[in-house]
Amino acid sequence: MSASGGGAHVTTAAGAPPGTAPRFRLTDSTLRDGSHAVSHQFTTDQVRTVVAALDAAGVPVIEVTHGDGMGGSSFNYGFSHTPETELLKVAVDTATAARIAVLFVPGIGVKDDLREAADLGVSVARIATHCTEADIAEQHVALARDLGMEAVGFLMMAHMIEPAALAEQARLMASYGADCVYVVDSAGAMTIDDARRRVAAVRAAVDVDVGIHAHNNLSLAVANSLAALDEGVDQIDGCTTGLGAGAGNCPTEVLVATCAKSGIETGIDPFAMMDAAQDAVRPIRPDQGVIDRDGLLLGYAGVYGSFLLHAKRAAQRYGVDTKDILLELGRRGMVGGQEDMIIDVAVQLARSGAAPSATRGRGGHAS
Amino acid sequence: MRCAIVGSGNIGTDLMYKLKRADRLEPVAMVGIDPDSDGLARAREAGLDTTHEGVDWLLERADEVDLVFEATSAWVHRRNAPRYEAAGLRAVDLTPARLGPLVVPPVNGDATSDAPNVNLITCGGQATVPMVHAVASVAQVPYAEIVSAVASRSAGPGTRQNIDEFTRTTSDSLVTVGGAAHGKAIMVLNPAEPPVLMRNTVFCALSEGYDQDAVAASIVAMVDRVSSYVPGYRLKAEPVFETDVFGTPGGVVPARVVVLLEVEGAGDYFPPYAGNLDVMTASAVRVGETFATAMVPA
Repeated sequence: MSASGGGAHVTTAAGAPPGTAPRFRLTDSTLRDGSHAVSHQFTTDQVRTVVAALDAAGVPVIEVTHGDGMGGSSFNYGFSHTPETELLKVAVDTATAARIAVLFVPGIGVKDDLREAADLGVSVARIATHCTEADIAEQHVALARDLGMEAVGFLMMAHMIEPAALAEQARLMASYGADCVYVVDSAGAMTIDDARRRVAAVRAAVDVDVGIHAHNNLSLAVANSLAALDEGVDQIDGCTTGLGAGAGNCPTEVLVATCAKSGIETGIDPFAMMDAAQDAVRPIRPDQGVIDRDGLLLGYAGVYGSFLLHAKRAAQRYGVDTKDILLELGRRGMVGGQEDMIIDVAVQLARSGAAPSATRGRGGHAS
Repeated sequence: MRCAIVGSGNIGTDLMYKLKRADRLEPVAMVGIDPDSDGLARAREAGLDTTHEGVDWLLERADEVDLVFEATSAWVHRRNAPRYEAAGLRAVDLTPARLGPLVVPPVNGDATSDAPNVNLITCGGQATVPMVHAVASVAQVPYAEIVSAVASRSAGPGTRQNIDEFTRTTSDSLVTVGGAAHGKAIMVLNPAEPPVLMRNTVFCALSEGYDQDAVAASIVAMVDRVSSYVPGYRLKAEPVFETDVFGTPGGVVPARVVVLLEVEGAGDYFPPYAGNLDVMTASAVRVGETFATAMVPA
């Protein structure tokens, strides 16, 4: 089972001399973005196991929250199996060196959620808005700082606007006091060039840290993260095994291994990271990492990744095609948080008599 | 009733056009603080007395006015409210100050028609509380949740900097006015161009033994009542009933009803996509009309 064996203590397989400072700070979001992939059913046991494995591997920041951020437990996004405050308590208690982060989306969570997180020992608050709406985060970024937490501005669906406009929003986040601003490819829609240009524009616009959060719909999550590093990012997000919304995220263990081979110091033990992936996370969703037609479609059409499982469920309930739902959501310009529109679209498709592709015959599909 | 509008911004200006059309309400004055405001210019054009010197001007003429519509901001209303009351002026508050009882016209408009000060909650509250109340009047609602999505362009700086105020106030109103046991509100800003019409989705948890036909009929009847004063308020689809096991904050339930609403504005001052602003000003006029009716002996 274990990949560690004799090599467990070799933290850099090639290139980078041991002991040099990491080139970037990695945040593992398995227990937050991965929450989407398990319909927000994480248990305290799973959190304990995953945090222990990531902490042992040397992951410096671990994010633990409902997929849609604090207060995300709802009809619209799915109710949590276990209240996130309980999961956070376990995470904080389990981590020995890693810091625990939360995601917070203004409009979904409220300030008391941030206060509660700070009380529980959370030290990084990632404040997320749609990429054009940074100004709704002003008070929350300031509150996170007042509470003694590090504040990260998280600009979602960043593929939807041009680099210059994104840089303007990043400047706002920095002006509110964010310690870092992330370029977030929520739909996994960015080509390598798209990621480079956005990161470069944001990098040039702010003096604070810059980060990248990549999804793997186009199988580019690791490549985009490395291209972003080239453009000067200070922080990179991963999810172990890629466990996350849509087609999944930048797989932490693959990123760490690739960095080690490339001589890029991460501060993380690649073998321990492989063990964490195989033994702690893989059992949760053994099929994670497959880019199926719907996952690819999200990236191709630029549709919010978290819509995927909700759309699959609605497709089944209303007898319509997931693909048709996703494409219509993209056509309507829906942004993160509008999961309710999946029902709206499915009901309309059903009413207009759009049958699922299975009953139309699969001939036209390259499945 | 003679009405003064305090606040010459988007809301106050849109409200003026609606008050001009109201039967029992006569807009006589608009109070602003910016001499160059477009709202004051339009008010002058419409024949109202105007000032850019704030509420002192209005309080000196308190005997010429019966009712004040506050369309400023919460902190301004908190400062003004005691002065209105001392001057014998009643107030309909369109800010999130929440000093008086929360009012949603078809739910508790009559019950609050003699209050000195009433609060209109939020645009999301005006759009969704009637639906929660419609369900709660024929079924138990252990938990209600609403998602309100508005065009980015229709959300001004006040809303943006106080998005928590929106979610908290709206959540409370689902319980205190709507009749749900627990409530949650979510707000989303959508920057799509052309701007999207205001959308609201209302989820009500349904306990075992609910009567689907009665719930659906109650919802449809309430949509008719709201659309009588917000003409662009409509269902996008028949009420949707979904069965599953839902572990809500109000307990595990076997079903939920999903109400998909759209609000198109009347286009008085805002473009029609800003149904969120229209639902507030239209509700304010309705509340004023209820006040005026209550004052006139039948």
